Amino acid sequence: MGLLSNTAALLGKEVRTEFRSRELLSTTMVFVLIVVVLFSFTFDPTTNESHRFGPGLLWLAFLFAASLMLQPCFLREQVNDTLSALRLAVSDPFAIFLAKLGANTLFLLMTEVLMLPVFAAFFNVSFRGQLPGILLTFFLGSLGISVAGTALAAISAQARMRELLLPLLLLPLLAPILVASTEVTVSLMAPEPFMQWKGIGFLTVFDVVFLTALWLFGEYLLEE
Amino acid sequence: MVSAAEPSIGLRFENVDKRYGAVYALRNLTLAIAPGECVALAGRNGSGKTTLLRIAACLMRPTRGTLSFSGVAENQNPRAGFVAHASMVYGELTAKENLLFFAKLLGVANRQQRVDNLLREVGLGERKDSLVRTFSRGMRQRVAIARALLADPSLLLFDEPATGLDSEATMWLTGHLAKLRDSGCTILLSLHGESEIARLATRAVRLDTGSAVADTRSGATFQSVFSMAGG
Repeated sequence: MGLLSNTAALLGKEVRTEFRSRELLSTTMVFVLIVVVLFSFTFDPTTNESHRFGPGLLWLAFLFAASLMLQPCFLREQVNDTLSALRLAVSDPFAIFLAKLGANTLFLLMTEVLMLPVFAAFFNVSFRGQLPGILLTFFLGSLGISVAGTALAAISAQARMRELLLPLLLLPLLAPILVASTEVTVSLMAPEPFMQWKGIGFLTVFDVVFLTALWLFGEYLLEE
Repeated sequence: MVSAAEPSIGLRFENVDKRYGAVYALRNLTLAIAPGECVALAGRNGSGKTTLLRIAACLMRPTRGTLSFSGVAENQNPRAGFVAHASMVYGELTAKENLLFFAKLLGVANRQQRVDNLLREVGLGERKDSLVRTFSRGMRQRVAIARALLADPSLLLFDEPATGLDSEATMWLTGHLAKLRDSGCTILLSLHGESEIARLATRAVRLDTGSAVADTRSGATFQSVFSMAGG
């Protein structure tokens, strides 16, 4: 079994167990929904201000929702020591990371796409004509959050104070992703929308750098 | 169903230390296990049996010293069949889904048939489509044993494998391990006290505070190795 077939089998397991329990998706969606609804009362959605602040709030909600989602991704493997079983079964430990970050990206993207119409309705914004750009930004932003977050989740799962450690490490590390994703989303929501390719380039570089680091050093993060 | 094992695997622990903080789980352990040997590890709780098995499975590295394998390609780890204290299977999947998943990762041929046969052998044929989280401790142990045997590994590392098993399952496991031993599979068993499974062993090693304090290949002296204080 090669890396890709191992990854496909692991990803299939992640999706199957999540859709059976719906723990992560329901938690993150409810969280984002609460944040969007609560903040919509704070800002007047008819003003341009909400267009400026809206994307930042949206990405903050996504980031906190992601930290809820990332926390259990390796902790769940410790309940029955299934991580050891995976390490004994896969030909390349990177497959475990690829599947985890693939699942995290997928679940985060699902949350984002499902919450986008809610956000558009509560903040009175329209993404018509900008949907490909928005989806590209969501994908690159979510991938960045998942790559860095999955690595940190693996580190924190073996540490003491693991529940506190992940957010403490994750939020500062993901600040650049938050800033770049927000700026690109703001430009796509402007009265005269445009794609901020500089931000897209930054997100792509961030994703590639962290993915490469994970490929090089990921095996050590899984060791006991 | 016992398949002919691949070339047997030998292990050699050389001056191995494993430390958890200031506590030594293994201390200067030197132990060579020949291909095809069936070794019973005895010792009190905390004597280092589980740590030794996890190092042998390449799940953890020694703090000091080396572990080398014979019968394994250079720079490759043996894909051991490992049964630990935890079941190492997913509660949210059924017994069959769990085994099919691990069989896929391990590249097992004729997966469906292999999994069905193993589940029937461990006595879970009727419950193969039930979620593992609904299983009793003994049933989970049966799934764990089936998972470890999936790929016909040439190295088996079983940490107290009879835990939770009823007498029928213990008898099946003993018979199955005997066939694997006779086919040349290298087996390390961590056991508490002399049991039915201990009689399979061709060698008994007793650990105490991380060091081997007794080592015998004579069946007549096995009892003394197991009956030392603490079992």
